[in-house]
Amino acid sequence: MDRLQKLESNGIYILREAYKSFGSLCMLWSIGKDSTVLLHLARKAFFGHVPFPLVHIDTSFKIPEMISYRDKMVKEWHLDMIVGQNKEAIREKETYPDGKLNRIQCCMKLKSEALRHTISGDWPRLRFDHKQSKYIEEKDAKPFSGVIVGVRADEEGTRSKERVFSPRNTEGNWNIVGQPPELWNYYNTDFAPGTHVRIHPILEWTELDIWEYIEREKIPVVSLYFDNGCGKRYRSLGCAPCTSPIISSAKNVSEIVKELSSGSLKGIAERTGREQDKEDGGTLETLRKDGYM
Amino acid sequence: MKKDMKNNKQRLSIVMVGHVDHGKSTILGRLLSEAGALPKGKLEQIKEYCRTNAREFEYAYLLDALKEEQAQGITIDSARIFFKLEDKEFICIDAPGHVEFIKNMVTGASRADAAFIVIDAKEGIKENSRRHGYLLSFLGVKQVVVLINKMDIIDYSEEQYRNIAENFDSFLSGLGIKPLEYIPVSGRNGDNLVSLSDMTPWYSGPSVKEAFLAFSNYSTRLEYPFRLPVQDVYKFTRLGDNRRIIAGTVETGTLKKGDHVKVFPSGAESTVANIETLYPPGPDEVSAGIATGITLTDSIYVKRGELLAKEEDPPSVAYSFRVSLFWLAPQPLIKEKKYILRLNASREAVYLTDIISVVDSSELSTESNRDYIGQYDISECILSTVKPVAFDLYSSNPYTGRFVIIDQYEISGGGVILETIGSSHIDKHVDMRESAWRKNQISPICRGQRFSQKPQVILFTGKNLEELDRYAKELGKRLFNKGWNSYYLAMDNLLRGIDYDILSSDREEHLLRLGELLRLLYDTGLVVLTVIVDADIYEIELLKKISQPAKLMIIDTDSNLPANMSDFKLERNADISVLDGLLRKKSIIEEYNI
Repeated sequence: MDRLQKLESNGIYILREAYKSFGSLCMLWSIGKDSTVLLHLARKAFFGHVPFPLVHIDTSFKIPEMISYRDKMVKEWHLDMIVGQNKEAIREKETYPDGKLNRIQCCMKLKSEALRHTISGDWPRLRFDHKQSKYIEEKDAKPFSGVIVGVRADEEGTRSKERVFSPRNTEGNWNIVGQPPELWNYYNTDFAPGTHVRIHPILEWTELDIWEYIEREKIPVVSLYFDNGCGKRYRSLGCAPCTSPIISSAKNVSEIVKELSSGSLKGIAERTGREQDKEDGGTLETLRKDGYM
Repeated sequence: MKKDMKNNKQRLSIVMVGHVDHGKSTILGRLLSEAGALPKGKLEQIKEYCRTNAREFEYAYLLDALKEEQAQGITIDSARIFFKLEDKEFICIDAPGHVEFIKNMVTGASRADAAFIVIDAKEGIKENSRRHGYLLSFLGVKQVVVLINKMDIIDYSEEQYRNIAENFDSFLSGLGIKPLEYIPVSGRNGDNLVSLSDMTPWYSGPSVKEAFLAFSNYSTRLEYPFRLPVQDVYKFTRLGDNRRIIAGTVETGTLKKGDHVKVFPSGAESTVANIETLYPPGPDEVSAGIATGITLTDSIYVKRGELLAKEEDPPSVAYSFRVSLFWLAPQPLIKEKKYILRLNASREAVYLTDIISVVDSSELSTESNRDYIGQYDISECILSTVKPVAFDLYSSNPYTGRFVIIDQYEISGGGVILETIGSSHIDKHVDMRESAWRKNQISPICRGQRFSQKPQVILFTGKNLEELDRYAKELGKRLFNKGWNSYYLAMDNLLRGIDYDILSSDREEHLLRLGELLRLLYDTGLVVLTVIVDADIYEIELLKKISQPAKLMIIDTDSNLPANMSDFKLERNADISVLDGLLRKKSIIEEYNI
């Protein structure tokens, strides 16, 4: 069994454990490459079905192509899609692009806060209705106690300390020092009432693993990852005002793999195009303590 | 072909363990630096940091600093460090040395392909050196290299090196660990890390880097018989899908399409119809390590927790077993308390029934006559489950012979199964209860005769509680109206009564209490009616055992039980009078006047 097969099998195993263990489970889909790999793993784990809703937090500053790709896949794969948003902040222009907040504050408002309220169900959220083929506001939005997240240990410091099943208490706090043990393939799937759990099926994947897997499985990804002729491409996707493309002429997945493993990107951090990381000293610690994924 | 070669590249998982301050971070920091596995400029940056902060540079800072700042494509952290040596990929877990972090250490080590144990040459073998050795053997880490560090402090004394190596070797051999190497090193000076040092001319190798490169990820999983713990059974009916897929990861061995498989503990059998995948057709074969799903040719009763195997190589099935167990939680493991056992995919109620011995994991001194198992103790003890579980003895298949115990919502201990034990916890309890039972002067049979009946328990099971409730009530009333003495023990009355102190989800406890009540009610000579929603075969067996000497009559409405488990299959919306014949035939009621 090769490395990718091992990573895949482990990811599927974790997804199945999560599905069995949580009454109310959802999976975050940021439309980026990592969570898209996660979605593919879910389709494999459940043989073409994704038996829990996907959640996307739309900051309204996403690159339009990401949204159209999202909705295309939702229809094609019959996904149960929930979209949440901090409508009030957007309406009041409490954002970085509108000049009222710095980047970190903006992330907290439009992503962390929106995510928290979308998951708890106390803000209105949209759900895709396949019959009407459009998003409609969800009635009686229920809270999710388990959230599947596509974070990787190699992304940055705090993420490398994560457990696969990572409990947060009722206040959302993460006790880094006292994390429960995980033995062999036994993960902690029992939690006291009120515990909120994040599940990380691709924790031990690297950026290169992700691209090699996308190549092997032929997973469709947003074309923003490729150079469409102007010598630039996105390495990491976020909001348009805070994510900039890198100089690269990789036009397809295999060229990205080459670029990462032996080419110009070898040894260069992935999130170099993300401005909010720089304001956070590169660690995302401020954001992650407050619920950022 | 070339692509396959590339994807075939493995990533070895290595754990570094050892007592606190014995130098793990220094060795790793310096090794990565000297082997060129660090990002450019990192070393200079840390040196600069030390200069401006009035600190003497140490290689450990390199690792610690990298924990904070991870901007360069490799990530280094106390939990997981990704790096390459000569194009071979590693993920290294730098396990904390403090005893408080044992649970982090076992988390990392339980999935490691190989381990380094670091020992301070001057301090010698310490508490955690032994404990970590013990845990590695326990966790099944086969490849171990011992690094005797800080050789510079003892003037590179070959004698002292040999002394420690010999002592530790005899300790480890007692645990069944044969280290591949004992390497004398100095993390601070870099001796024998990347190349052999002139300071130890008496040592001929390998270096630590060579030891890294020599580790293999050889797995024995394929060599054991086929085992697939059933993780779930899926039936997604959306989009016209009508497959009933048994999902799980093949733990050991290989399975082919068309193979005959048997489910344990239930014993049901069928043949593999198809190996399912996202895009059909699936492969003809799956082997160990692969997360898969299969469909069977017969719709047999299979559920999560069971173990799929082939008939010619069956696993063990038991209620009670002797184990070697390591306890991690601060609260002790005690007798007569209910815990949850997770064994392969099953999770069952489990009790500690006997402690044979307790070993202090740091000293390896054995104590018997202990009545609890404390934090970091290793114990040989007997565990008993309420329902039977399927597994292999650790000696015959380590991958399906290990388990964890859940207490207070957390993995609190882990262990391996050494031997199965004959009778179960429940058997013993029933034997003891019956031998001490104080009989009434009037026997249950005698009491029953007053009403021309035999004392009997009639149990309805099926998917729908309301339906079961209605059947049991109707039959109870019908019997009573005809002059027999019957009583309906409703599930709700138990849950709000005798079961008030347990969770409604605690089925085992509910069944145990129900069984005791049924035994008592049987003694009164009654015909007792009761219901259990969706009972499985093990629950029926359990209830039969615990309610002895009462004999249970099982009326199946629309349950998943195999046909031979029930005495009568009641059709949907059936008239309850169809049961009269059965009761008469079994001489439960004596006259034919219904």
